[in-house]
Amino acid sequence: MKIVVCIKQVPDTKGGVQFNPDGTLNRGAMLAIMNPDDKAGLEAALRLKDSHGAEVTVLTMGLPKATEVLTEAMAMGADKAILVTDRILGGADTWATSTTLAGALRNLEYDLIITGRQAIDGDTAQVGPQISEHLGIPVISYAQNIDLDGDYIVVQRQFEDRYHVLKAKMPCLITALAELNEPRYMTPGGIFDAQDAEITTFTRDNLIDVDDADLGLKGSPTKIARASDKVRKGSGEQVNLDPEAAVAYILKKLTDKHVI
Amino acid sequence: MNSEEYKGVYVFAQQVDNKIDGVALELLGKARSLARDLNTETAAVLLGHDVEKLADKLAAYGADKIIIVDHPELKEYKTEPYTHALAAVINKFKPEIMLVGATAIGRDLGPTVSARVKTGLTADCTQLDIGDFPIKKMANKVQKHNQLLMTRPAFGGNTIATIACPDNRPQMATVRPGVMQKIDKITHPNAEIIKYDPGFEKNNKYVEIMDIVKSISDTVDIMDANILVSGGRGIGGPQNFHVLHQLAEVLGGEVSCSRAVVDAGWKPKDLQVGQTGKTVRPNVYFAIGISGAIQHVAGMEEADIIIAINKDETAPIFEVADYGIVGDYSKIVPMLTEKLGLLSAAEA
Repeated sequence: MKIVVCIKQVPDTKGGVQFNPDGTLNRGAMLAIMNPDDKAGLEAALRLKDSHGAEVTVLTMGLPKATEVLTEAMAMGADKAILVTDRILGGADTWATSTTLAGALRNLEYDLIITGRQAIDGDTAQVGPQISEHLGIPVISYAQNIDLDGDYIVVQRQFEDRYHVLKAKMPCLITALAELNEPRYMTPGGIFDAQDAEITTFTRDNLIDVDDADLGLKGSPTKIARASDKVRKGSGEQVNLDPEAAVAYILKKLTDKHVI
Repeated sequence: MNSEEYKGVYVFAQQVDNKIDGVALELLGKARSLARDLNTETAAVLLGHDVEKLADKLAAYGADKIIIVDHPELKEYKTEPYTHALAAVINKFKPEIMLVGATAIGRDLGPTVSARVKTGLTADCTQLDIGDFPIKKMANKVQKHNQLLMTRPAFGGNTIATIACPDNRPQMATVRPGVMQKIDKITHPNAEIIKYDPGFEKNNKYVEIMDIVKSISDTVDIMDANILVSGGRGIGGPQNFHVLHQLAEVLGGEVSCSRAVVDAGWKPKDLQVGQTGKTVRPNVYFAIGISGAIQHVAGMEEADIIIAINKDETAPIFEVADYGIVGDYSKIVPMLTEKLGLLSAAEA
């Protein structure tokens, strides 16, 4: 079977977020990583490859620097990698991004497309379902478990208070949750081979059935009206007291605020 | 696209097991104020099977119109029939604004519908206003009035952006549960009920539900709690949570937790606060042994009073806490519980 995994390079917002002295986000100082949900999606694909045999292609859209995550994916075990990059694609919102990725995917054979549920820079969770819509294939979002059953895929689809076990005929698209699995590490051999592995580059001309008017900033229905750094609530008091004094301190605050 | 044709502020009235989800009522509250600004009406779009009796509740919480699509295919949430139904309602009734709860359902339905009707969708909004786009007049650019301005956090809550959708209709937004306020119940509501059947035809996009497995936890909804005692990795293990439960009990609160705790399997997912969990705004939020990653803070920073207890004086949670105590929770919390118990006993 053929699996395409869509991945994204994102700034690592977890733990070590860096700020400039003026309070703006220092993106240069933050590590660029493979988006965690996407990495779980890649791991799910590689496990299907291990258990059932599959060809795994990774696809990303971004600046040429995004080849870093493609190389990482190949070092983990992906077979092919495609970078979609073109100046016309800059400033795309989720609608234009999903249109672009669908245009790239129309070049490829696939039984299964896996995307992460959401990327940690935008947190929208939109691109996966929107790709499925553009391609006219079923989507199963929020996958917490994936199994194969012949030509069908059987997925546990997470909701707040339950999960559904869903069965879809392939080709279909699945969005993966980070809790799906623990992604494997790159192997030394894999890293060595990945350095020489070929990465295919797609530009605008490779996108099938896509209008220029639907790409990049111009093709994005949503426009940014204003962007600003969050005004963080200032930190309050911080005390270092022995337990008894700490308890008295909390009790006083709760009393002052009429909680008790 | 002629934007003038599109009128009304619509809300997707999410129901599961024939119960209206709270976020739908919250969105109706917001829809009412947006509709007032636009001098238009609100509508709830109710999709499901045997759901007609839910219309009264939607009317009581501010829907001027209720559009019902009632069909066996809509009994359980399935992406394709729901997308078909909502897209059909949009194409027929032409709302200018379509609001959807940012739930596990809404974050699937919103994107597919937006792609099908070809419009923009802004995810996880925390604020919605009517205003001009561009916000300030610019040379060579037409300033459009009465636009939906959708504000949302990005970069894990580090930045906020205000988004508009000036050229496509409807303007679509998802909003996280707990962010908007529902109105006080209207005693004698008078809403128009419209039944609509877009027709359902099975195609390759229909997915079969083999099984539905509900989490067997009788936990209350942490979003309703006035006081939350929340534990993180620093609690040390599931066996230590009883200390937090005892504090919650004496305060009449509930226990919640951070993502690390859920990932470690110490507590179920429905108790998780944060970006991938729930957004809470209790009166008092105790953050105990929680380091305060921005993803967590995004889900609790609106609490009125934040009290943090952590061994690590450099923990980021202290940057958002009103009262931060550097210390060992396992000593402080039981003593606090005991003192509070004595106080309430004295009052009784």
